[in-house]
Amino acid sequence: MALLSKKDTSLLLDPLADNNPITIQVLGICSALAITAELKASIVMAISVLFVMGLGNVVIALMRDLIPSKIRIIVQLIVVASLVIIVDQVLKAFAYELSKTLSVFVGLIITNCIIMGRFEAFALGNGPYRSFLDGIGNAAGYGLILIIVGFFRELLGSGTLLGIPVLGDPIAKTGLYSIGYENNGFMLLSPMALIVVGIIIWVQRSRNRALIEEN
Amino acid sequence: MLEHIELFFKSIFIDNMVFATFLGMCSYLAVSKKVTTAVGLGAAVIFVLAVTVPLNWLLDQYLLQDGALAWLGPEYADYNLSFLSFILFIATIATMVQLVEIVVEKFSPALYNSLGIFLPLIAVNCAILGGSLFMQSREIPTLGLAFNYGLASGIGWFLAILAIAAIREKIRYSNVPPPLRGLGITFIITGLMAIGFMSFGGMLTGGGSEDNVTDAAVAKEEEKKEPAEEELEENAVSFNQAINK
Repeated sequence: MALLSKKDTSLLLDPLADNNPITIQVLGICSALAITAELKASIVMAISVLFVMGLGNVVIALMRDLIPSKIRIIVQLIVVASLVIIVDQVLKAFAYELSKTLSVFVGLIITNCIIMGRFEAFALGNGPYRSFLDGIGNAAGYGLILIIVGFFRELLGSGTLLGIPVLGDPIAKTGLYSIGYENNGFMLLSPMALIVVGIIIWVQRSRNRALIEEN
Repeated sequence: MLEHIELFFKSIFIDNMVFATFLGMCSYLAVSKKVTTAVGLGAAVIFVLAVTVPLNWLLDQYLLQDGALAWLGPEYADYNLSFLSFILFIATIATMVQLVEIVVEKFSPALYNSLGIFLPLIAVNCAILGGSLFMQSREIPTLGLAFNYGLASGIGWFLAILAIAAIREKIRYSNVPPPLRGLGITFIITGLMAIGFMSFGGMLTGGGSEDNVTDAAVAKEEEKKEPAEEELEENAVSFNQAINK
């Protein structure tokens, strides 16, 4: 525990549940919904955001005393944009097919409000080490929701996980399909992402009543 | 003219930013508690999209695309700067938002008071950058169409936020299960609205089964792409000629 004091641990772990960026802070929704039809895309997106947020928070925290507050938004955007260009080029070089699936949503990490939100709320007022933990924690909380949504959408929508059929073969009628189970193609369409996230919020808030909003 | 009308309605209803691509969801969820503020933000989004999409189209066409620098001379024709597009697009958007804010403040204080607080928010609204990135990836052929696309996407976003704000004002009087109150029910309503908007998919083809729709859409896109490419080549050629002269 020498590495992480109690406060640092809570920085890292709080965003996973009770202060989750997507379900509680309402940050970074756009990409969470658009690319979750497949588990693989969700995982890659989660890792990209983890990278950009961890490094971005450190950079902003190091520069926090140098940035004039009037132009801070532009400075932040430039920092994120440079990091995102790195991610985009790496994806294009090593996972071209996947970068086609993600299309513009890699670029949209720049305006992912989760990143700007944490810069404004945390990195501008804290040191680089704590900002790094905050960035990693929040990106992990974001990634967690992405992976949950991606898991259910791919499992129920196409009966596969990471492209591997897990429920049997729908054409040869093996596994679950032999007793009349059908894939729900609707899960692959965009509106279901919204409804799945809505249900996650419902479950989370029923378990922890303190999070319930007033109307 | 026909393609303008087609793109206009397609961008508003079928490729609606909120319901089909989930762009600008953060501000959509955060600022939709009251109709008046929703109208203010929606108007600002229309305005900024209609300005930045054509601007970024020019940047893309004459600076960033593969071979776009050909107008500088034949030795620059091989350059492909498209990896810079994120940083240039976002810089354009951030400066434009700042400029618009200054101009509006100077010439129309009344409009500034109603839009004012939303303008800085817009620089980081993913709908704006998304508009430019989709413009790039869909290869919109002319400046006029790019303006049309920006304007229509903005109107689509405006419609969406107006609708959800009106619904949220009414839902305050309903008996929603406590854990769903606020964010949860908004998500689910948006999902249902998105399902509703999917029915507009038949608008351009006049209905028919889903297969027909997609086939027709694919065929149409292919048709569109070819003339677009020819036009681009023609443009490039005429530019070269102009420079050589």
